[in-house]
Amino acid sequence: MTKRILTGNESAAWGARLARAQVVAAYPITPQSPVVETLSSWVESGEMPAEFIAVESEHSAMSVCIGASTAGARAFTATSSNGLAYMTEQIWWAAGARLPIVMCVANRSLAAPWNVLNDQQDSMSVRDAGWVQLHCRDNQEILDTVVQAYWVAERTNLPVMVCYDGFLLSHTAMPVDVPDAAAVDAFLPPRPAPLQVIAPDDPRNIGPVVIADPRRDADGVLRGGYMELRAAHHEALLAAADVVQEAAEAWGRAIGRRTGGLLVEHRLEDAEIVLVAAGSLVTQLTLVADTLRSDGVAAGVLGIRCYRPFPAEAVRERLSDARAALVFDKALSYGYAGPIATDLKAALHGAAGSPAVYGAVCGLGGRDVTPEALADEVRRALIDARAGVVDRATAWVGRLQEGVR
Amino acid sequence: MTRITELPVEERVLPGNRACAGCGLGIGLRAITKALEGRAVMTVPASCLTVLGGMYPVSSVRMPWVNCAFPSTAAVAAGIAAGLRATGRGDEMAVLAMAGDGGTADIGIQALSGAAERNEDLIYLCYDNEAYMNTGTQRSGSTPSGARTTTTWSGKRENPKDVPRIMEAHRVPYVAVTSAAFPTDVYDKVAKARAMRGLRYVHMHTPCPSGWGFDPALSVRLGKLAVESGIVVLYEVEHGVFRLTGRSAALAKAGAALTPVGEYLKAQSRFKGLDAEAEAAIQAWVDERWAEALERHARGA
Ligand SMILES: Cc1ncc(C[n+]2csc(CCOP(=O)(O)OP(=O)(O)O)c2C)c(N)n1
Ligand code: SF4
Repeated sequence: MTKRILTGNESAAWGARLARAQVVAAYPITPQSPVVETLSSWVESGEMPAEFIAVESEHSAMSVCIGASTAGARAFTATSSNGLAYMTEQIWWAAGARLPIVMCVANRSLAAPWNVLNDQQDSMSVRDAGWVQLHCRDNQEILDTVVQAYWVAERTNLPVMVCYDGFLLSHTAMPVDVPDAAAVDAFLPPRPAPLQVIAPDDPRNIGPVVIADPRRDADGVLRGGYMELRAAHHEALLAAADVVQEAAEAWGRAIGRRTGGLLVEHRLEDAEIVLVAAGSLVTQLTLVADTLRSDGVAAGVLGIRCYRPFPAEAVRERLSDARAALVFDKALSYGYAGPIATDLKAALHGAAGSPAVYGAVCGLGGRDVTPEALADEVRRALIDARAGVVDRATAWVGRLQEGVR
Repeated sequence: MTRITELPVEERVLPGNRACAGCGLGIGLRAITKALEGRAVMTVPASCLTVLGGMYPVSSVRMPWVNCAFPSTAAVAAGIAAGLRATGRGDEMAVLAMAGDGGTADIGIQALSGAAERNEDLIYLCYDNEAYMNTGTQRSGSTPSGARTTTTWSGKRENPKDVPRIMEAHRVPYVAVTSAAFPTDVYDKVAKARAMRGLRYVHMHTPCPSGWGFDPALSVRLGKLAVESGIVVLYEVEHGVFRLTGRSAALAKAGAALTPVGEYLKAQSRFKGLDAEAEAAIQAWVDERWAEALERHARGA
């Protein structure tokens, strides 16, 4: 174990290196670029034995990962924002083909208009593609999560997206424990053979046309149609929640540090109001909750670390005693509400005595999110909750309400 | 040059596949797979080739075959090649990316150009049926002028993109143009490409009875006519050295005149209604390219 001062991007690169990623596909975009620059320098210096392919677009970056992963290699890439949007077709392909690719997303707002700063709209907009999606609070978590992501991916045959806030984490240096390669090797064995092996002597047609209905193969065996494959994919994703937990425990045993899991919990025991978010905002909210507590407001924090699969059952259980939950989303499902707020409401639907759920949108395009503004929003929500208001429009934190267009 | 009787007897494209009767692609694929002897992994984007390959859970080609998204062929193939190298299997088989003209000249050209610039170790084979056949015969960048498609109802107005020349401009080690009407030419070029390293590009003309509107029995005859009239010129550029091959080389050597394009055009309903002026323009386009090919052949570059 070596203590290093690393940015979030460097932590991501260390994660890929320690996981012994074998093929790295790279295309730059702010604020992700230093990930691929760092990996490139290691591959060139020989410190990291991998195939490094500097492709001509994000679409091709994911395509290279798809090819490499199909061939049995451990594939890695990273992106942000419009890069992620551009590779969306392949995001779906990677998941549907059940390839254990790991990709980091340094979260950044989507254009238009151009803005390179942080929000989480990019990864949220591909939440339905069938990837496991993990959100990190700090740089230590980024490194640990990237390695754990391969552990999860290769046990579930699902791709895993490791998300962290652009600039707030990607460019902020903090002390990170870098585990010894041998310890990581003990945790993460080489990749097992893929579901379908490319072999001249046992030729397979991988990923062909599949009709909706089941169909018999040449030996008369009935094989599932598209619906069965998609159902299996969905079930694998649901089951991945346990695997994410197991990864955290196995990591704890191997490395001696418990990082990971589905949720982050802070002072939930007697919380009247629970603040919910994903990413670095979780760290900030724990400080806000502590301040509120010293003012006599019983606030707690529930961080969503695993956003897909959504840990609905665990969330229900953690929130059962609270009066209200206030979700801070750094993204919006335009025309409806914040994505985490919506999912939280769905998770609580029908649960006896469940709290009121309020949504607030903050930090879009890197808008500063101050502890004061967050605390004010909590107090407002609490007033409504005590008055029995069960539903209200999504609030905007830090938005100038008048005099601007 | 390999003779038809010398081709490997083993068939890797099974009968009863889903290609239309008389499909040039099916004929060409037979020769390609013979040249690869099954020791290659194919990368196949959305196209008629996907359909030919069969529907889960059966397959009509006995070769490792990886389907991929429409724009991604060259990049997925590059990933497969890298993945095989990274897992110590780089020498076990060649990597063949095989896409239609739409998947090559249009949507896939970015990935192809990137792979060519990086000189990825793969064979990229474009089968050119001169339109988007899988989605119902819409124009592609490779559709010849005058051809009616379902997005050019009165005939396409532009000449086709010359993808082989675009690939030559990337200075990849091998560029070849072949035709499914000459299976041994296909075989020889793919076999040669297989023995080389780096990015090898093969462009294969494939007559398409359904899309072009002709009797399926005439596919090979029409493919040959395309070469004899200079619509398709068979050649290869090996490490920068240009030479005409097969029937095109024979025509050049004999100093024979090309068959007028009219005979080729009138055999297909897609050119119905082409006026004399448009036909003359096509003839002029063919003559110019043929003269250029003869000149390059003589010069060897
Ligand atoms: C991104 C995307 N856009 C459009 C399509 C629809 N599509 C599938 S095959 C095809 C045409 C293929 O044409 P070509 O590459 O010439 O091959 P052919 O069908 O002629 O063999 C199109 C447009 C797709 N699959 N993906
Ligand atoms: S449409 Fe043309 S290319 Fe496609 S399968 Fe039919 S004949 Fe072959």
